[in-house]
Amino acid sequence: MKAPVNRIIPFSNVDGPGNRTSIFFQGCPFQCLYCHNPETIHACIHCGECVKTCPVNALEMIDGKVVWHKDICVDCDTCLKTCQHLSSPKVEMKSVEDLLAVIRPIKPYIRGITVSGGECMVHADFLLELFKAVKPMGLTCLIDSNGAYDFSKYEELMEVCDGVMLDVKASDPAFHQELVHFDNAPVIKNLHYLLEKNKLQEIRTVLLPFHEEQNERTVRYVAQTIKDKVLYKLLRYRPFGVREEGLEKIGRNITTLEQAEKMRQIALELGAEQTVVI
Amino acid sequence: MEDVLKIVTDTSLTYQQQLLALAHVAENMDHTIPLSDEYVQAMKDNIICTLGEGNLPYRPRYIIPDYSILMEKGSKFLELNPPKDLWEACNSLLIMYRHVPSITSFPVYLGDLDKLLEPFVQQVSREEAKKCLGLFLLNIDRTLTDSFVHADIGPKDTLTGRLLLELTEEMQLAIPNLSLKYDPELTSPEFAELCAKCMMKTAKPSFANHRMFESEWGKDYAIASCYNGLTLGGGGFTLHRLRLYEMSLKANSVDQFLNETLPYYEKLMADAMNDRIKFIVEQSAFFKSNFLATEGFVKVENFTGMFGMVGLAECCNHLLGIEDPAKGFGNNKEADELGVRIVKQMQDFVNNYTADYCDACDHHFRLHAQVGLDSDGREDSPGCRIPIGVEPPMFEHIEHSTLFHKYFPTGIGDIFNFEETWEKTPGALVDIIKGALANGMRYFSGYLANNDVVRVTGYLVKKSELAKLDAHQQSLNQVSVNGKGARDNSDALSRRLERVNESAR
Repeated sequence: MKAPVNRIIPFSNVDGPGNRTSIFFQGCPFQCLYCHNPETIHACIHCGECVKTCPVNALEMIDGKVVWHKDICVDCDTCLKTCQHLSSPKVEMKSVEDLLAVIRPIKPYIRGITVSGGECMVHADFLLELFKAVKPMGLTCLIDSNGAYDFSKYEELMEVCDGVMLDVKASDPAFHQELVHFDNAPVIKNLHYLLEKNKLQEIRTVLLPFHEEQNERTVRYVAQTIKDKVLYKLLRYRPFGVREEGLEKIGRNITTLEQAEKMRQIALELGAEQTVVI
Repeated sequence: MEDVLKIVTDTSLTYQQQLLALAHVAENMDHTIPLSDEYVQAMKDNIICTLGEGNLPYRPRYIIPDYSILMEKGSKFLELNPPKDLWEACNSLLIMYRHVPSITSFPVYLGDLDKLLEPFVQQVSREEAKKCLGLFLLNIDRTLTDSFVHADIGPKDTLTGRLLLELTEEMQLAIPNLSLKYDPELTSPEFAELCAKCMMKTAKPSFANHRMFESEWGKDYAIASCYNGLTLGGGGFTLHRLRLYEMSLKANSVDQFLNETLPYYEKLMADAMNDRIKFIVEQSAFFKSNFLATEGFVKVENFTGMFGMVGLAECCNHLLGIEDPAKGFGNNKEADELGVRIVKQMQDFVNNYTADYCDACDHHFRLHAQVGLDSDGREDSPGCRIPIGVEPPMFEHIEHSTLFHKYFPTGIGDIFNFEETWEKTPGALVDIIKGALANGMRYFSGYLANNDVVRVTGYLVKKSELAKLDAHQQSLNQVSVNGKGARDNSDALSRRLERVNESAR
């Protein structure tokens, strides 16, 4: 079994407790307007546009497929800017053993791994195999998810997984649909399910600069649900890396600290004591 | 006498700095210690460097007094009785520090402060202890004005250690340099995290691999100056260094370098070090009459000679014909393997060379990866370090360091530059350090890129002090000038920044 991996970050201090290795899988059912790495959303369709713009000829069309020459690549990301399909030519198919070979030497430096994306639950079967192999190494396994897939249907994975870091992007169904082009019913269901199962590692909500009312609705909903049980991270929207469509609809401003702090106060008043602004 | 006039009229030197420079001129007028023609030529070729020791040593380079004697017995020469409380203990230490010489004339080791002071700290309230230790640190920063002044804490979690960390953060002082003797079994996770947090705020303490040092030096060891491992109650007689890049220019091939060039210069340097050590022990007054020796704060048998080197990266790259540093040592297996061969050869050399005195290491010198001088420029990177600007990502960088650290008991270390998110995650930082030390790293330093106190090569400076020198004003810290040189000549403040890219959320 193999899965498409967009990127591996050996040392990450922002993907769960302690130092962790983060593995980013390709593919996502959401299309968030503010996505900071939209190149993880779709699989490559091998149109070959990026081959033409690569300044160092690290991309080549072989038998109708775009091939990435890692050794030549200088990571200038011109290909990602060229791609019109929210994808990347640098995605590699990896087996569980391939990933273990990466993790083994890093193991002394980390507490665990975090799988992310894209939406890593697209590859839930692969994650199960990966976690089964990683857990005996004494490492914890966290899932970073947008909540599109119903976790209650993945019992075995839930048993081996140490926790889920769940995005709750909006509690208002219509606004969620507009923001990410996907229904939020499974997200809300997951929020309650994971809380009950004691598998919620943390929740994140991105606060938008010009949608204070929506920000507040979501923050209130989450805070009332989780109370003091879970870490709640309020992330300020930052326009860096956001594609044009998103900039037009959400704006080019950073959500101010004052706006974020106001939301944190609301969450605190509702009993979500572990609320922090990032 | 041009030098003398230049020193006396230099407005950027403080009085103390002038005094030291003048002493240096005087010392260099003597030629009692014989130097061979070959050795003099090697100095001219910039292959052997004595790191400013001067011609006629009147004290060992690094002195590691056993301050516990001061705590227990006081000092006859200093007319100090054993201290009875924290104020007396700090006062006695401050008095003694002024009488501990070194190559810089400032003490390079202030003691394992937590062990020395904890019994006294326990006698008073937290507030009183903090006030006293705060004044103690302030006094050190303003009177021992040299960043090679170094104190140790750990491995155990103590109130003294915690107070020193709190004060270090609050006071933002470059002096003293600070090491945590870290052992994951003995150091509590909370204390390690406090140290990591402090490191992100003030570039100290560094984490020293307690198990590794203890296995080589026994339990009574100290970390002094930049990161030098030495025996408590002893020290380092002398430190000379081989500049490997310049040396590599004398060889036509890797084989010639390893079989002829390196052994030739190793022997030259070792013989010269041995002559100096004999002079220090047999003729200079220090071991005969200095109260440190006569009262047992140091013993001649606890000293060793430090056999230094710099420029391994540039040496390997040159020998292998690699012109682009980004494709060389640190990023190239062949160059790294050659580096290990060279260092192993150096270790064999010191193990087979019998030195006079140096009882602390069974009559052998010990290797030292020297942190460089401000005048080194970009030709010789410090010790075994990867040239600044071509460091690989942190994981590979650390793994590279672990190839070399075990060969250097008298000191080697690497420095990592973090971006601001790490300040909020000291636990993640400790995870990395713990892994690095478990994998064989000896000494780990880190700092936050945008802080005022930053680590240059092994010592700390304040960027605000460098700005004073840029404006031709005096800096109280005599090391600021080294920091300015290292920044200007060696890009020492431009090392790779460890970032974690924000993922999609």
